[in-house]
Amino acid sequence: MATTTPDIQRNRRAKSASRPGDRIFSGMSRGSGITLLVIMAAIAGFLTYRAILAISKDSTNFFTTFEWNPAGTPPVFGIAVLAFGTIVSSIIAMLIAVPVAIGIALFISHYAPRKLAKPLAYIVDLLAAVPSIIYGLWGAIFLVPYLDGLNQWLDEYLGWTYIFDKAGDGPARNLFTVGILLAIMILPIITNVTREVFLQAPKMHEEAALALGATRWEVIRMSVLPFGRSGIISASMLGLGRALGETMAVAVVLSPSFLISGHLLDPGGGTFAQNIAAKFNEANEYGRDALIASGLVLFVITLLVNGAARWIIGRRKEYSGAAA
Amino acid sequence: MKLSRKNGLRASAIGALVVSGALVLSACGSDDNTETPAKEGGKTTTSAAASNISCEGAKGKLLAAGSSAQRNAMDLWVKNFQAACEGVEINYQGIGSGGGITKFNQGQVAFAGSDSALKDEEVAESKKICKGGTGVNLPMVGGPIAIGYKLEGVDNLVLDASTIAKIFDNKITKWNDPAITKLNPGAKLPDSNIQAFHRSDESGTTQNLGKYLSTAAPADWKHDPKSKSWPAEGGQAANGSSGVATAVKDVEGSISYMELSYAAANKSSTVSIATGASAPVAATSENASKAIAAAKVKGTGNDLALSLDYKTKAEGAYPIVLVTYEIACDKGNKAETLSTLKAFLTYTASEEGQKVLTDAGYAPIPAEIAAKVRAIVPTLS
Repeated sequence: MATTTPDIQRNRRAKSASRPGDRIFSGMSRGSGITLLVIMAAIAGFLTYRAILAISKDSTNFFTTFEWNPAGTPPVFGIAVLAFGTIVSSIIAMLIAVPVAIGIALFISHYAPRKLAKPLAYIVDLLAAVPSIIYGLWGAIFLVPYLDGLNQWLDEYLGWTYIFDKAGDGPARNLFTVGILLAIMILPIITNVTREVFLQAPKMHEEAALALGATRWEVIRMSVLPFGRSGIISASMLGLGRALGETMAVAVVLSPSFLISGHLLDPGGGTFAQNIAAKFNEANEYGRDALIASGLVLFVITLLVNGAARWIIGRRKEYSGAAA
Repeated sequence: MKLSRKNGLRASAIGALVVSGALVLSACGSDDNTETPAKEGGKTTTSAAASNISCEGAKGKLLAAGSSAQRNAMDLWVKNFQAACEGVEINYQGIGSGGGITKFNQGQVAFAGSDSALKDEEVAESKKICKGGTGVNLPMVGGPIAIGYKLEGVDNLVLDASTIAKIFDNKITKWNDPAITKLNPGAKLPDSNIQAFHRSDESGTTQNLGKYLSTAAPADWKHDPKSKSWPAEGGQAANGSSGVATAVKDVEGSISYMELSYAAANKSSTVSIATGASAPVAATSENASKAIAAAKVKGTGNDLALSLDYKTKAEGAYPIVLVTYEIACDKGNKAETLSTLKAFLTYTASEEGQKVLTDAGYAPIPAEIAAKVRAIVPTLS
């Protein structure tokens, strides 16, 4: 098998290259690929150029300053608070969404009767189609008042953990609520991708495990999860990408301030995208450059996250069921 | 063959359904469309019938952008003007003062609306677009910034500049703080926390409140008065005027600042200000006009930038006010839009144009200053 496939492929390629339709198609797909690279390079170039304009005039350290006032004299702005808020809210979202999404995906692929599995999968798809501003309005009008009680409970019984210590009695417009909202928003994408991967788990492995007397949970643990591990990671990274860049829902729900606080239930903090949405309209030319500089940082963080995911997947490949 | 015909039939049936559905929908849509002008038509036609709007030379399209604070006023003006002058289209985008000035200085719009006068560097930049002239500030719309609050059992809250500054600076955190009880004898103030909300986006409203607080209570408000983003620390934030207005409506014990029309729309209580006049002054457009009347023109030549008297103690003058300027070139406006620009600004500054403002929750510019604007607009070139 391993020796014959490349030969066949080579033969096919040599044969079909002479047909005009094939040449046109290969040209088109190559063109699309190149266009993508050009677009990425153009975005990176634009962001970098404008960011350099802004950062060169920043009177403080761009990475450690807790303030955003590019219109001031001298201009003062830094991304410390934004980076903290973006990462913390995304981590909360991932902690909630990934286990739940894996659970839903396993239920749909391995536990649910077929009659239930299909509508359930459809409903999850539907969640992905809701625009983010709708999530935002729902979060601000419905979720926030209902989380007040949970916040008080967390403060009372888990206040000793520091992160759940709440100072005031204001509404729950904090990073914790944002994390929960983001978790709901990224749930469908993680669920869909992991479900597809779980469905592709080799039936032979599952049957072999069953034949050895494994229970259903043991089958999933021994054959489905190892096979799907790289899929879970890439699905999570897709979700994380959305959580990092979410704009409108965060802008509507969060009560931002330029303070870093480990108390997740206190209002405050901010994220890159939320800050850009809130400040862009009234910003002058220079203020916009400063916002674009913060956008560049988000761009780089997203690239790093994706790179890390690729690296993990690449490293894990040998252990996964796919290689066997 | 049979199968495909069946499919074809079904497809055409679905197609017919979709089309008829669309027809029904669009029919509803067009009904709505015709209904709206008909409803408002009463107003438009009466004002148009009595209108003295001069359309001299007005034609084609006029683009403008800027302050969202005056957007409701602009909408009314544009509607009346377009009803009177056929073939004219005025497009005002309420994208924010900063954005409006940027667009003006890039030559993309004929005039900009701004909640604060042009800064020196913006004037310098405007010389590139205004050939032989500069951008000038023409005060056009006034408005009170109301302090809205929600506190059960307290209807007529009175505060002064210093307590407002301390509340928004988190130095007063309880509703029954001695400073507040002293100003409100007899009111049942609860022992609960004050939830002070501010704007999370950059805003001319924030800037004007900051100017007021740093002038009227300099000892208690030491933050940058020019900042469009919230300069103080702590407190809660919400996005946009509608965001803070909703927060005040929903959260017990909350307080925030917003244009009067937003407080009115949400039926929120507003604070009366103890200015030193014989009685505390309520936030109304009439009272705001009285405060703007005390303003002095600080601009020179054709520039009518105002310096507002935030410390006014005049009877019935509400001191937290905001003036929106229309910014155009005094010389060097684009030839193709100049006549439309002049006709439109003549209308907005006219008595008739200014009268529209009161109904919409704004305050007209005092007669003396409006007269100066009316003198300058025809000289634009």
